Amino acid sequence: MFAYVLRRVLYAIPVLVGVNLVTFALFFFVNTPDDMARMHLGAKRVTPEAIEKWKLERGYDKPMLWNERAEGIDKATDTVFWRKSARLFVLDFGAAEDRRDIGAEIRARMGPSLALALPIFLVGLLVNVTFALGMAFFRASTLDFWGVVACVAMMSISTLFYIIGGQYVASKLWHLVPISGYGEGLSAIRFLVLPVLIGVVSGIGSGSRWYRTLFLEEMSRDYVRTARAKGLAERTVLFRHVLKNAMIPILTGAVAVIPLLFMGSLLTESFFGIPGLGSYTIEAIQSQDFAVVRAMVFIGSGLYIVGLLLTDLSYTLVDPRIRFQ
Amino acid sequence: MRLLLAAAFLLSGCGDVWNDPYSAADRGRGILYTSFVDRPKHLDPASTITEDESKFTRQVYEPPVQYHYLKRPYELVPLVATEVPSAKEAPDGTVSYEVRLRPGVRFQPHPAFHAPNRQLAPEAIARLRTPYDLPTHADRELVADDYIYQIKRLAHPRLNSPVFGLMAENIVGMKGLGERLKAAAKSPGWIDLRQHELAGVERIDAHAFRIRLKERYPQFLYWLAMPYFAPMPWEAEAFFSQPGMAAKNFNLDWWPVGTGPYMLVENDPNAVMVLKRNPNFRGEPYPSEGAPGDREEGLLVDAGKPMPFVDEVRFVREREAIPFWNKFLQGYYDQSGIPADSFDNAVRVSVEGDTNLTAEMEAKGIRLRTSVAASVFYLGFNMEDPVIGMPKVGGEAAERSRKLRQAISVAVDWEEYISIFLSGRGIAAQGPIPPGIFGWEEGPASVNPVTHEWRDGRPVRRPIEHARKLLAEAGYPDGRDAKTGAPLVLYLDTVARGPGDKPRFDWWRKQFSRLSIQLEIRDTDWNRLQDKIRKGSQQLYILGWNGDYPDPENFLFLLHGAQARMKGDGVNSSNYASPAYDALFPRMKDLPNGPERAEAIRRMVQVARQDAPWAFGFYPKDYGLSHGWLSNGKPNDMAGNTVKYLRVDAAKRAALRREWNQPVLWPALVLLGAVLASAIPAIVGYRRRERRAARAGA
Repeated sequence: MFAYVLRRVLYAIPVLVGVNLVTFALFFFVNTPDDMARMHLGAKRVTPEAIEKWKLERGYDKPMLWNERAEGIDKATDTVFWRKSARLFVLDFGAAEDRRDIGAEIRARMGPSLALALPIFLVGLLVNVTFALGMAFFRASTLDFWGVVACVAMMSISTLFYIIGGQYVASKLWHLVPISGYGEGLSAIRFLVLPVLIGVVSGIGSGSRWYRTLFLEEMSRDYVRTARAKGLAERTVLFRHVLKNAMIPILTGAVAVIPLLFMGSLLTESFFGIPGLGSYTIEAIQSQDFAVVRAMVFIGSGLYIVGLLLTDLSYTLVDPRIRFQ
Repeated sequence: MRLLLAAAFLLSGCGDVWNDPYSAADRGRGILYTSFVDRPKHLDPASTITEDESKFTRQVYEPPVQYHYLKRPYELVPLVATEVPSAKEAPDGTVSYEVRLRPGVRFQPHPAFHAPNRQLAPEAIARLRTPYDLPTHADRELVADDYIYQIKRLAHPRLNSPVFGLMAENIVGMKGLGERLKAAAKSPGWIDLRQHELAGVERIDAHAFRIRLKERYPQFLYWLAMPYFAPMPWEAEAFFSQPGMAAKNFNLDWWPVGTGPYMLVENDPNAVMVLKRNPNFRGEPYPSEGAPGDREEGLLVDAGKPMPFVDEVRFVREREAIPFWNKFLQGYYDQSGIPADSFDNAVRVSVEGDTNLTAEMEAKGIRLRTSVAASVFYLGFNMEDPVIGMPKVGGEAAERSRKLRQAISVAVDWEEYISIFLSGRGIAAQGPIPPGIFGWEEGPASVNPVTHEWRDGRPVRRPIEHARKLLAEAGYPDGRDAKTGAPLVLYLDTVARGPGDKPRFDWWRKQFSRLSIQLEIRDTDWNRLQDKIRKGSQQLYILGWNGDYPDPENFLFLLHGAQARMKGDGVNSSNYASPAYDALFPRMKDLPNGPERAEAIRRMVQVARQDAPWAFGFYPKDYGLSHGWLSNGKPNDMAGNTVKYLRVDAAKRAALRREWNQPVLWPALVLLGAVLASAIPAIVGYRRRERRAARAGA
């Protein structure tokens, strides 16, 4: 297993290098440091000297990939690529446009992001599995039909509608929870109730339909027919056999998502004023803080690779037929 | 049900109001609740540039002078200075301003003033959450050297002050200081600016200093009202330059040190920033005079009383307009603008154009205040363009293109634009100078005769037939070149923000199609547009200008030939150069406000109207709402230090919040019941199926 994990980790390196190169090209060739300077210096009094000073202060005045004027190893390291992109591999994210340390910011924002994403993930998984099992149990009945209709309707509605509608009803009309905001420690719970509820409800449609499909596929297999032929109750067939086997794709899919929970939710965090990584990313995109965007793209791709690795590992844990090779 | 009861228990911790986003302990306290959208980037008075930053910096830092809070037109009055400095011209042409400070003004308590705190071990710094965690705070009296220190900071290469270029052009010795500091900055560590001389700034005594300018620059006084010229104690720089401070984000960009009514004590730009009353603040009196109508509006009730009135200001991060607006309506913010989507819910505009609050707003006791911003937006013509510009060859060609620009200026119906896209929040511009700025005229004299005429006591846009006539005189009858018959195609470069811009673009095409001119819109991003303007490759473009200070020079220089963008990164994006206009500009700039200056401005505006380098667009109108418990609020575009004037009736606010936000539990219970009830058919079906299975197996 160790050799397998090591091999997968080594495979990840060229992928990350590729992502790094592509983002570097996008951020520094398509959008040059001069463009960044003008964007940040605003519309007034943007002189060529001010642009040069801005670039100098942030290290964007150096050659992009190769420094002819430098000596020895500095030819490669005294460049924008080395200082701004290659350093991401040692998790040195540098400073944001407001001179704040990006690493410190990410560590501070991970908590609120997880406080929102983890309950949505866990409760959502439970609710979706329950709802899907119910529909599978009543397959081809009126209940199943209306369940599917409800799912299609729910997945057709935009997340933004759930958020604005939820805020309007629960906070504005019924005055039950704060519309937005965040608190430290336990006081955060009352701010999280509504976004978590909305996150769960908005995910029921797509999640339950997908799980229902998995359950129905399992239910058409031979071992289920055998179980029924042995005289097992439908409940036992469903919970002891179908659920257990259908959980393989469900769990592996869920495991792949776990690392990305750290990245937070762009829309929900923004609308509910939760100071997480999702709102950090969207804010950086809007304010063109490229140092932050680069860092988040890198972390996102790294976590995605971790997610895929965990998926492969979890396969072997839930399905004994699969072996590491 | 248990879950619901647990939630109810949890929420009951918030008291009788469940949706209050603030701590129950803060209820009834004299706190002003307001919001911010974008994280401020630089709270250092040398680097600050945006509105988001001045919300904070202007409450903490005190430059020598400030704008009168109530009087209009805007007027400079002393703040820390004993009087507004006046210019003294020397025989060598240099001009000096002597600033005399009030004695006894003290800095806020801060650890930087305690000498041992300037020699901390990095481990001790690493343990701090904020600089205020240090046990010993001290303060000291403000002296002239603190102002001198800050002026030198404008030349500091690491601070990248946005005004350094301008100040280097004007303050004697500033450019040289910048070069010396650039050399000094090559070695790391703190640069003690006390060791570097600045010839143009001289200490007279402990409470007075003199600034010497290379030449006359009357507008310099307005810069003395900005945070760039606020005092900076050297101790603060020394304190924040200690090793380990930067890694904790402890610097002047985040922890300002000033003499103003408030001090920043909590800085979490992701969630909340808190200003608390500076215990050392001297207690500046509330103004005793105001503009006509201010007394009737109750704005002079607190005349002469010591400020500030509010103990604390909580700036809460609100990135989205809808949650912010709803929280304002629930009473959790004391004041608000009006989001475009909610405009119709808040304001009704009568046929006569009068604006009033809707019944819902009035029932809540909300007040509306409007003001015209010191800004101007326009459609610009690039005068270097061969079709639309001002060709140097021969008078006839120049006259033709002038008529073309005039025709377009008439045809673009800005009144309609304001009505459709701004919900009426603006006034059609008649020239480059907005209302409230010296040189702006009222009545028939205010009208741009090229585009409007004065009828029934108001300016009315000239009919489209007039524009068509001008177009024909320009050599394009029915939008076609009279010689070649080719259709006239013009190109508009503008910034596109997304699909939502389509109606705006359609509107622009419609304006030109009224003259049978084909308009091609080249949507681009901000950087590309700036690049095109710099190179002069744009034909038509849309831009705006927010005034830096309330002087006509700050608007008229947008059309000054010396400021042409193509020639040297100036602000004249149209590259307009009129000998008549340019000849009047230096005089207008140097004259004091008076009849002579007004006449010079009038002539300049007339020249610009006739030449039409811009189709003058609109002056935006700001709409501000405040709850009934907030008093002394008056829009002021220039003074950012307005928090100290505001008063909050906290008891009234607490009572109304309670009344407006009583939890309504029954619909939630009904909904929960409905969800549970929806499970009944499933349970019934399940039981039936189970029983049937049992029978089948029996």
